[in-house]
Amino acid sequence: MRKTNMKSTRVFLAVVMMSVLPAFAHAQQMESHIGKWTGHSDSGKQLYFRYCWGCHGYRGDGNGENWLPTGSYAAQPYLNIQPRNFASATFKCRSTPTGTLPTDQDLFNAISRGFVMTNMPSWIALTDQQRADLVAFIKTFSPRWKNDKAGDPITVPPEPKLTVESIKHGQELFQKLECWKCHGSEGRGDGPSASTLTDSNDQPIRPYNFAVGSRFKCGSTNQDLYKIFMTGVDGTPMPSFADVVKPEEAWDLVHFLRTLQVAHKSPELALWESNKEGAEQIESRKLYGTPTGSGVKQ
Amino acid sequence: MRVKLIPITAAATLILSVGLLHARAGGGTVSGKVTYEGTPAKAKAIDMSKEPSCAKQHTTPITTETVVTGPNNSLGNVVVYISAGAPDDAPPSQAAKFEQKGCQYLPHVLVFQVNQPLEVVNDDQTSHNIHPLPKVNREWNKSQPPGSPAIVDKYDKPEFIPVKCNVHPWMHGNFAVMKNSHYAVSGDDGGFKLPNLPPGKYTVTAWHESYGEQSQEVTISGSEAKTVNFVFKAKPY
Repeated sequence: MRKTNMKSTRVFLAVVMMSVLPAFAHAQQMESHIGKWTGHSDSGKQLYFRYCWGCHGYRGDGNGENWLPTGSYAAQPYLNIQPRNFASATFKCRSTPTGTLPTDQDLFNAISRGFVMTNMPSWIALTDQQRADLVAFIKTFSPRWKNDKAGDPITVPPEPKLTVESIKHGQELFQKLECWKCHGSEGRGDGPSASTLTDSNDQPIRPYNFAVGSRFKCGSTNQDLYKIFMTGVDGTPMPSFADVVKPEEAWDLVHFLRTLQVAHKSPELALWESNKEGAEQIESRKLYGTPTGSGVKQ
Repeated sequence: MRVKLIPITAAATLILSVGLLHARAGGGTVSGKVTYEGTPAKAKAIDMSKEPSCAKQHTTPITTETVVTGPNNSLGNVVVYISAGAPDDAPPSQAAKFEQKGCQYLPHVLVFQVNQPLEVVNDDQTSHNIHPLPKVNREWNKSQPPGSPAIVDKYDKPEFIPVKCNVHPWMHGNFAVMKNSHYAVSGDDGGFKLPNLPPGKYTVTAWHESYGEQSQEVTISGSEAKTVNFVFKAKPY
């Protein structure tokens, strides 16, 4: 008798938890507008509590059980980077100036793209409508979406012609703006301040290592790269350079940064390699050999 | 109709402004001293050798400013303010200036009002990034290389906001955004003074970046001067 009672109490509690806890995530309705799609938060809620809450949590605060495990065998977080806290309404990848809310399109792109080198996958498998619904639901976690408007997207002027001069000027800017303090003089993410960096949740964070990949946290195109340093990556140590870099200079910096990606074939890298100074630089940065040691000259 | 309104408005404005002026000029004063009990953390030496342009500006060793103490257990850098009882004030138009000099923040605690212009300047020969970390207000993060113009901003909600520079991990300061103009920062001697308080019942709150907040009630009648002292429990870490 007692056992059945306990069991039914448990079932009752579980039912209460399941119905009450998601209700914490505000009852308000939100919409999102991405191109021809209009997202609705009530539809997004169903998707969120199926696909997202395990990491981002019931309250959208990034404290899902994959980050704060409660089981007896799981003392360590399953994730190495804390999931985004939607309640703080601070977002890394924006087309809008630092300190402003991103556009619906920015959030939609982030969900679709995923975040390279983190546990956030690409959700391209969901339909456009579903991702639009999720964007709408994410906006219910912070009252800021009711009180503030999204920022005005920054203007990205058309990319000028790629020249050696442009790359050289970009390199000067890399020095002058002291990008190397964190990203390292060769862009390997090993500058003098790199080891001290923490994000706004006091979690350690690494500066981007240009040498290893082709993709950035906020996209993979030159336009994306332009936006990253002109809007800043909010919530991280990466500041906005919008007030100190002119648009034409920004493109020079983009061209130079591409040459730091020695593992990624790009027009910028090819042009830089055809230049004597550039070829020497790239040669000195290349890593030779393979993990097994074959191909290494003895 | 309009003709009639003007003298009434003028009279009302006059009465109102006289009333305000009266309240501002006279009024009571709350003053006192902030002290600590226990053992505070020792200020740690800051190694600026990674930033020679800043290191050479300092002839004396630089230490952390999270706890600044003086003789007789006095506690500096405590923001003392009226947290309740006083109406919200319109912000002054003059900007509050936050200076980066020798890879330090001057002042360490900058107090200003909601919607008052904030001006951040870089006097150094190195790039800083100014990264305030608010929870209530919006978070931004801007780079400021040598010689670039002042960054001007404002905050629209009251909050205590830690500020850091990610390039120079030792740089750490605070913004205190206030609802009204009744605030003071205790000096190294722990002393503070809140003048020009109209008669009324107030909550006086003291805030310290490491030791938290505490409040006391005080009632001012006429132009009396009241003493309110605060004692913080120091933590040795």
